[in-house]
Amino acid sequence: MATDIKIAIVGGGLAGLAAAMKIAEAGHSVDLFSVVPVKRSHSVCAQGGINGAVNTKGEGDSIWEHFDDTVYGGDFLANQPPAKAMCEMAPAIIYLFDRMGVPFSRTNEGLLDFRRFGGTKHHRTAFAGASTGQQLLYALDEQVRRHEVAGKVKKYEGWEMMSLVLDDHQVCRGLVAMNLRSLELKAFPADAVIIASGGPGLIFGKSTNSMVCTGSAVAACYQQGAKYANGEFIQVHPTSIPGEDKLRLMSESARGEGGRVWVPKNKGDKRSPSSIPENERLYFLEEKYPAYGNLVPRDIATREIFQVCLAGMGVNGENQVYLDLTHIPAETLDKKLGAILEIYEMFVGDDPRHVPMRIFPGVHYSMGGLWVDFDQRTNVSGLLAAGECDYSIHGANRLGANSLVSCVYGGFIAAPAAIEWAQNVERNGSNGSRVYDQETKHQQEINDRLIKQSGKENQYKLHDEMGKIMTDNVTVIRYNDRLKQTDDKLRELTDRYDRISINDSNLWATMALPHARQLRNMLDLARVITLGALNRNESRGAHYKPDFPDRDDPNWLKTTVAEYSGEGPVFSYDPVDISLLPPRKRDYSHEKKETAKA
Amino acid sequence: MNTVEIHIKRRPSPDAPQHWEVFEIPYRPNLNVISCLMEIRKNPVTKSGQQTTPPSWDMNCLEQVCGICTMVINGRVRQSCSALVDNLDKPIKLEPMTKFPNIRDLIVDRSQMFDHLKRVHAWIELDGTHDLGPGPRMDQEDVMERYAYSRCMTCGCCLEACPQYDEDHYIGPQAIAQVRLFNMHPSGAMDREERLQGIMGDDGITNCGNAQNCVKVCPMNIPLTKAIYEENRETVLYGLLGWLKK
Repeated sequence: MATDIKIAIVGGGLAGLAAAMKIAEAGHSVDLFSVVPVKRSHSVCAQGGINGAVNTKGEGDSIWEHFDDTVYGGDFLANQPPAKAMCEMAPAIIYLFDRMGVPFSRTNEGLLDFRRFGGTKHHRTAFAGASTGQQLLYALDEQVRRHEVAGKVKKYEGWEMMSLVLDDHQVCRGLVAMNLRSLELKAFPADAVIIASGGPGLIFGKSTNSMVCTGSAVAACYQQGAKYANGEFIQVHPTSIPGEDKLRLMSESARGEGGRVWVPKNKGDKRSPSSIPENERLYFLEEKYPAYGNLVPRDIATREIFQVCLAGMGVNGENQVYLDLTHIPAETLDKKLGAILEIYEMFVGDDPRHVPMRIFPGVHYSMGGLWVDFDQRTNVSGLLAAGECDYSIHGANRLGANSLVSCVYGGFIAAPAAIEWAQNVERNGSNGSRVYDQETKHQQEINDRLIKQSGKENQYKLHDEMGKIMTDNVTVIRYNDRLKQTDDKLRELTDRYDRISINDSNLWATMALPHARQLRNMLDLARVITLGALNRNESRGAHYKPDFPDRDDPNWLKTTVAEYSGEGPVFSYDPVDISLLPPRKRDYSHEKKETAKA
Repeated sequence: MNTVEIHIKRRPSPDAPQHWEVFEIPYRPNLNVISCLMEIRKNPVTKSGQQTTPPSWDMNCLEQVCGICTMVINGRVRQSCSALVDNLDKPIKLEPMTKFPNIRDLIVDRSQMFDHLKRVHAWIELDGTHDLGPGPRMDQEDVMERYAYSRCMTCGCCLEACPQYDEDHYIGPQAIAQVRLFNMHPSGAMDREERLQGIMGDDGITNCGNAQNCVKVCPMNIPLTKAIYEENRETVLYGLLGWLKK
């Protein structure tokens, strides 16, 4: 049994750092690859909090209730055993972060405070102001730095994974990464690789995601044989702040702390929001969903806001509705939501303590991702995945504040599974250095070709075109004819991609070549998302087709699995493990029915 | 106003000299500096019509929470994502930070800031990541103070603005505030001495010249001068006790 184990981790957000910490703690070595310094990963953008059924409010919350909310919120598409295992681990994860020094908000007794989030009736969300993701990421960053000082973790920050190194038996033996300054390509042998590279929001052009969230590393794995599951399930967050460069998130915690969504009852009412009397406001979520009100799950809130705006009822007839906090004392707001109010103020200019915010839905999260088994292993031996880049926990719709916990859970499961694989894998299967040299050479050829080629197409314009058509046709409301058109367009863009020019004669620290590599990968994933949506003729969670408005369990209670081929994705379908909770209809206008405990 | 003029201080590679280039892009409402740079890179032609290389810069979250896009804008260090064109004097002048090695154009290498975190032991010495129940109970007031320090995104604004900070002559407010963050925590306080030693050398806390620039430029409004005051007190007491023990 090997004892000098080295595991490569791609991505330094919550999932990647959680895995790195566990592997280093077990005494093994980690090579940690990240496009940006890990402390600047996208996890910092998570705002509202992290879920765990600790029941400090005496509301009868339980792990089972958390699990039921998660599966019900995900419209029964999630495999139930891993969702339950995550809910079981959640309280311990929160306590661990507490021990690491995360400044979670406290109760009068100095215990952890919890707030409400969407899709639940319980106070289940621990929070550090309104920048919980930042605080959790920093806690893991600190612990991993401790292991770095001890020599157990080696960071490759500013290196981007280009491809896996597979041996002749399709076993993953490491990866090839590119230095983003020198463009040097290098193979890194590893006994196992964990992908923790986050979501693919940049496929939609503007989203709430950070600029590193291209899904490029995941697409590379897909191209090399890893299955991609439930790609069509893209969460559009109900409340974001539209911007020129991105859509900035306005956390669900704003509604968790009492924020109300409304539009003027009179179409085109031009009065300022404060001069519109209460009885002339349409609180459309509260009216339609009395049981959950503004805290319905995200897919539902997003569709309602979208429909209101489509009907011309948006504020000033535009694509925006009010998210109103002005009835809450400013002091309370500063204490509980300070960080997100500052973001709004900084980018919009209005003070949300006194003027209702104007918000609109924005692409936020991918429920789909690399297919993994219940131990976070992909179908490629030696390759694992954790965090947003895997598909495992959230089904057709993710509940707010379940992402942070699922990232850490995924990392904590992937780490021992990777170690176990590494301890038992036959090492001489890697054929010496041949497979590494071959893959590096292959990647170098791709780079060389891109650098040499001098066509008329502009890669950034192609990216804009892809983002626009994906946002128009593959987000909140989906029609089959438009999905077909979108796929045609994606194939056209893929053709035109072969005629792009890098347009930067200085290759040192260029942004152009890395972007070109990411763009090619994004195009492949965009087709997986679009065609997965085209095939699925039902409505479930975030996937909504007006022509097929109902959930169709007899035909579609199954996981979409896409496999790469030169001609495009090949789809098959896996059954969903519903061994713990029988599927039932989602209805947030009423209290959730009590569920039988297993 | 139909266009925005942007001056960018360029550097092709670390050992090449810097030079200015002037660009002009169409004005739209709600532009920030990042969207200007994105526009320029699509078609990198200077205002005078000269084809040039696209500028390189760092960006990620675009919500002023990752810290990566920090640069000097119209002479003031700040994040470029939250620098709104409508609020800036024109022409807009973009320069890389000066206290860190300049890699290319607006990109700098701030790894020294992460090295500071190693030096001051900026973590809690966990017994292990297994389930040991919750951490110590804490007063919300103390949590609020720690929260302020824990928002540091390692952007480097404080170091850029500090007249004393120059690579290795003074460790600077960023690391000192992290010492405060961990020394305030009941478990963190158990390794208090190691952290104090980290800020007590020749390049330590006593080099602070009290210019108070750090606290003025900090985008997260971290009470950096308070941290310096508190840690200065702690180090003096610690030094005194150490001397008495001898």
